[in-house]
Amino acid sequence: MTISFSIWMMQAFNGLSTFCVLLLMALGLAIIFGQMGVINMAHGEFLTIGAYTTYLLSQASERFFPWMASWYFLLAILVAFVLAGGVGLLVEHLLVRHLYRRPLDTLLATWGLSLIMQQAFRSAFGAREVSATLPNWLMGSVKPTPSIDIPINGLFVMALTLLLTCAVFFGLLYTRLGVRVRATMQNRLMASAAGINTGRVDKLTFAVGCGLAGVAGAAFTTIGSTGPTSGSLYIVDTFLVVVFGGAESLIGTIASAFGIAQTQATTEFFMTGSMAKVLTLSLVILILMVRPQGLFALKVRR
Amino acid sequence: MNEELLTVEALRVCYGESEVIGRLSLSARQNEIVALMGLNGMGKTSLMKALIGLLPARAGSIRLSGRELGGSPPHERVRHGLGYVPQGRMVFPTLSVEENIKTGLGDKERRVPEHLYRFFPVLKEMRRRRAGNLSGGQQQQLAIARALASRPRVLLLDEPTEGIQPSIIKDLAVQLKQIRDQEGLTILVSEQVLSFALRVADRVLVMARGALVHESPRESLDEAKLGALLSI
Repeated sequence: MTISFSIWMMQAFNGLSTFCVLLLMALGLAIIFGQMGVINMAHGEFLTIGAYTTYLLSQASERFFPWMASWYFLLAILVAFVLAGGVGLLVEHLLVRHLYRRPLDTLLATWGLSLIMQQAFRSAFGAREVSATLPNWLMGSVKPTPSIDIPINGLFVMALTLLLTCAVFFGLLYTRLGVRVRATMQNRLMASAAGINTGRVDKLTFAVGCGLAGVAGAAFTTIGSTGPTSGSLYIVDTFLVVVFGGAESLIGTIASAFGIAQTQATTEFFMTGSMAKVLTLSLVILILMVRPQGLFALKVRR
Repeated sequence: MNEELLTVEALRVCYGESEVIGRLSLSARQNEIVALMGLNGMGKTSLMKALIGLLPARAGSIRLSGRELGGSPPHERVRHGLGYVPQGRMVFPTLSVEENIKTGLGDKERRVPEHLYRFFPVLKEMRRRRAGNLSGGQQQQLAIARALASRPRVLLLDEPTEGIQPSIIKDLAVQLKQIRDQEGLTILVSEQVLSFALRVADRVLVMARGALVHESPRESLDEAKLGALLSI
């Protein structure tokens, strides 16, 4: 086993961790965009909500419930989902609902919302980045060979991502809400004339999408520290993932999150971070010039 | 039995400033099949869309056994007993046949009621197939089954024979009467094919330029006059 192979392996694993956070973010963004054509510029702030939730719970468990210290993280994932989803529900009801069929206005309104939320985080938690305390079982690393180090927190995030991706697929394919979501995505007017309350479907989809971003935030705390703008750092990459993958295809979202994260992580080793970004972006632009509809586009007889 | 189930009074529908339906009134009794005939562009589809709520009415009322439906969104009208089969069928192409039917189910129902498959056995055979891969006639049956899944009292059928083979049109007429007899449904069907209308309808209405110009029960139908009204 050569050293360079080990380094390549570990770099690829770093790529996998980025892939996981990107995918969790992109899944939420993609189902919201696919369902109602709304581009949610504030999606990153829902990640931040999840991250701060995890931080707060970590603090609370350290101070008040020491017996919970090693397991608070599992609770945090759940609370992050519920809290981010709840805020999403509120945002849909107060803001987004009134702007359907006006894509430019939603873009602006949700961007404004993202600024407001960032400032709210700054006022509440300060501008300094904070970190949640990782429970013991997430520390350390696995060593399949003496020269390869695979961190356990990365493995955990991967398992979480796998679980949630499967849950999203299962939900879309086999639950009643999933059938209604897909019907509304294909033909909104016909869906309502078939008896589906499309407004309620929109609300639930938006909430679930935001909840997923919240879980992404909880996962994010295991690989980085949290600041008021943590989420907005990811939003551009996430958009890239959704557009590159093809807006209506979840398989495409997965493939493109993987592609972008891996290109980024492996090239980062050979050049500076910004050059790696330039390379990734150029590749994406080149491919989009050939396939403007994205990697995977729905082919149906209409 | 003979009371009016669906009552439309002085309905007015406009696209912008141009009126497509002007003060139209009609009614349908329980268990009745009413055919709405008329040439292209005379307002049949607009009327159907206004009844289900896809087009807003400027004025007038739509009542289903006394309950006013005007102004409420389509899905509420469906819950109150209207079923809608649009022109061009509009099945959800990437959903399976079974999933298409499920979109019509109410909140309390989980499974596709077996009697729907009894009306359309071919849908049961194909229930796992994508709806987009079905033939035109099969998609038409699917669109009807989807509308029936919400257990409507009045079924609105917009040009069901459009683009369908003549042999299948005959089957469709038989199926519609069967459904009416077994479900106690009222059916309002818009149609351009006179032979189909004569086969299914108890009463025939003729529409021209957004208004009703002729009405006749099937028994006393004057085919010559109807033919004149329906020729250009």
